[in-house]
Amino acid sequence: MADAAHAKNHSYHLVDPSPWPFVASISAFALALGGIAYMHGHSLLWTVPGFLGVLYTMFVWWRDVIHEGQKGDHTPIVSLGLRYGMILFIASEVMFFVAWFWAFFSSSLFVGDHIQATRFDFTGGHWPPKGIEVFDPWHFPLLNTLILLTSGTTVTWAHHSLLHKDRRGLLWGLALTIILGLLFSCVQAYEYSSAAFSFGGNIYGATFFMATGFHGFHVIVGTIFLIVCFIRAYKGQFDPKHHFGFEAAAWYWHFVDVVWLFLFFCIYVWGGWGAPIEGAAH
Amino acid sequence: MSTSDTHAYNAHADAHGDAGHAHHPTGWRRWVYSTNHKDIGTMYLIFAIIAGIIGGALSVVMRMELMEPGMQIFGDPELFNVFVTAHGLIMIFFMVMPAMIGGFGNWFVPIMIGAPDMAFPRMNNISFWLLPPALLLLIISLFMPSAPNAHGVGGGWTIYPPLSTTGQPGPAMDFAILSLHLAGASSILGAINFITTIFNMRAPGMTMHKMPLFAWSVLVTAFLLLLALPVLAGAITMLLTDRNFGTTFFSPTGGGDPVLFQHLFWFFGHPEVYILILPGFGMVSHIVSTFSKKPVFGYVGMAYAMVAIGFIGFVVWAHHMYTVGLSLGTQAYFVAATMVIAVPTGIKIFSWIATMWGGSIEFRTPMLWAIGFIFLFTLGGVTGVQLSNAGLDQVLHDTYFVVAHFHYVLSLGAVFAIFGGFYYWLPKMSGYMYNERIGKLHFWVTFIGVNLVFFPQHFLGLSGMPRRYADYPDAFAGWNMVSSIGSYISGLAVFIFLYMLWDTFAKKRVAGDNPWGPGATTLEWSLPSPPPFHQWETLPRIR
Ligand code: HEM
Ligand SMILES: [Cu+2]
Repeated sequence: MADAAHAKNHSYHLVDPSPWPFVASISAFALALGGIAYMHGHSLLWTVPGFLGVLYTMFVWWRDVIHEGQKGDHTPIVSLGLRYGMILFIASEVMFFVAWFWAFFSSSLFVGDHIQATRFDFTGGHWPPKGIEVFDPWHFPLLNTLILLTSGTTVTWAHHSLLHKDRRGLLWGLALTIILGLLFSCVQAYEYSSAAFSFGGNIYGATFFMATGFHGFHVIVGTIFLIVCFIRAYKGQFDPKHHFGFEAAAWYWHFVDVVWLFLFFCIYVWGGWGAPIEGAAH
Repeated sequence: MSTSDTHAYNAHADAHGDAGHAHHPTGWRRWVYSTNHKDIGTMYLIFAIIAGIIGGALSVVMRMELMEPGMQIFGDPELFNVFVTAHGLIMIFFMVMPAMIGGFGNWFVPIMIGAPDMAFPRMNNISFWLLPPALLLLIISLFMPSAPNAHGVGGGWTIYPPLSTTGQPGPAMDFAILSLHLAGASSILGAINFITTIFNMRAPGMTMHKMPLFAWSVLVTAFLLLLALPVLAGAITMLLTDRNFGTTFFSPTGGGDPVLFQHLFWFFGHPEVYILILPGFGMVSHIVSTFSKKPVFGYVGMAYAMVAIGFIGFVVWAHHMYTVGLSLGTQAYFVAATMVIAVPTGIKIFSWIATMWGGSIEFRTPMLWAIGFIFLFTLGGVTGVQLSNAGLDQVLHDTYFVVAHFHYVLSLGAVFAIFGGFYYWLPKMSGYMYNERIGKLHFWVTFIGVNLVFFPQHFLGLSGMPRRYADYPDAFAGWNMVSSIGSYISGLAVFIFLYMLWDTFAKKRVAGDNPWGPGATTLEWSLPSPPPFHQWETLPRIR
């Protein structure tokens, strides 16, 4: 520690030097190179070193953050900064999804545009494009909607338990949220595997799979985040005053939830309206 | 930590009683492991200078090719397009943005608002360290196959499909796309950091309405980055999947639409051009006020003009797309919205002039750059308003008139602001004074050079010379010759700049805390030059 002559008289956190940013960017570079190799006909294994490097740095980096928090570096003003950071990060994520919704609406709303003759020929001038059999929104998609909505309440239950020092409630709330998250992913994976349209070759599959796929990826990330919180709750690292890690996970989870509602109503319900439903004939 | 590796960051620091923390690493670790906003800012600036030299060299080669009709240098005209693309991407993502936001933003936003560092110092370092790999990916792309018998990305910085999808199936484009992904991630993280720092770490009494305009400009810029870049990330991810995984976002034969990419790109792209200029607005305000020895005229108006520019910047994107077949109503809307931007921009320009009005103006080097900026940026703004007319733009789109427009706002606007900021803050950052004569020579040679390059391009564009071609009919020869000569003069100016840098660090003229006198009122001038490793260990109180 610095000696008294130049002690800091503020409660900001001047973070110690760290190798992780550099290691992370080297890993990102390796991942990019591996990804390009994969996309040009080489084995998917080329992405492994970069991917592991990225995962490793995430692990050690956040481990450091947790240690710092427990050392008391996260004073109220620093916690407030972390809150800003998380909200802003979620805002940027929202804009990322805007891009995918933009692609979806630009294809589905203007599908009858006669100027775009080639596209008109392909789609038949209506959405979903001709020949596409969609999922019945009121089966698995509705189930998944209910799963995610329920998980939103269980995570809130966990939060309230945390605030009221109810350890059992916290652990149960988190565990149920995690289970619901995993369940969602499984249902989604099953649904994907039985899709009657393909990923490539048609705009319906492109917008559907990329939008729901990126959402699914976020569900997995959010589930991992919640699992980390569960472990930390189990170790007793949260108290009613200090649990920003938990709150960040909960915010993220709610964000993922809201994106799903938009996906559900826009892509599954509205976007499939009037189209032949897969399996309906069988 | 041991104290044996402690070293005084600078002579002044001891005098002021804070030698910094006892445990910051030395040697290469100081930089690679850094969590210090000033060190990270320095790395950004060095990176920007290197990238600027690469990007500048590419542009001089392009002008050598265009000096006369016929092919002089490039055996294959496709290679010319590769140079155009790399020049644009490097200058935007690896020169202007790192210099303004990463470099000056990092150095001076915390100091100006009275904060000891950025909000997330470790994340700050990854924002920097993502850039070298990103630049490397772009440079590797130059040597990768793109289309049969061609190497490097030749689609322009706007990478429109289908040229960027089926047109160039080789890995070069994928390298460029992933380069943009990394650079984008860097900027998003940086944006989060700046916004949090500015909202959360202002010193006691430093209200938003007392905050220096440079901090305001970086705040608005950071919001633009935060909200615009993810859309680009989505768009280029669609390119990636269209290219490699068979999706048809941009392919009408699968129900997609290439114009969708243009919408997504310009929804990012127009805010991006303001990202490139807003920090410059901030710097110019400081310089003009310092050397006129007057406070900025209409401070609140200046701040909110930037906010307004930021807002409107999100709703004008299709002025880049007047020729894609937009409906008349859509065109009318985008014409009107675009012209509205001229209002807050005008507020800024008139306020700078009013700041100078009646001041005792001192024409030091930074002030020359700032005045040059105001003059030339205004010219670029005026051509912008002309281009905002859809009717006129149908003719001028994709001609050298557009090239002239955006170089007046960028090469003569943003770059002049960067140089102004560099001369203004160099004494603060290094502790040494540059040589005024060399600085002024640098300014005048650049001023003459870049105006010779770009002013004639207005005439070329008006007479119909299209952009992104390696050759042209004889009728365009005259002004192209002038333009190329201008580029050699600008190239010469870069050497003067490098000589100035060498001179500054070789001669070691001690600058003192505030070399600019009473006009320089922001907090950085109350610190030693260079500032201690950690400034504001006791927060300043702003009355
Ligand atoms: C009053 C303000 C401005 C207006 C009304 C304006 C308007 C326009 C318009 C209509 C175009 C499209 C021209 C075409 O492609 O046919 C354009 C292009 C461009 N503008 Fe501006 N502009 C303004 C300020 C700026 C500023 C401040 C910057 C950056 C610092 C900038 C950078 C660019 C760039 C880079 C392009 C060309 C992009 C490309 O096609 O590669 N503009 N501008
Ligand atoms: Cu624009």
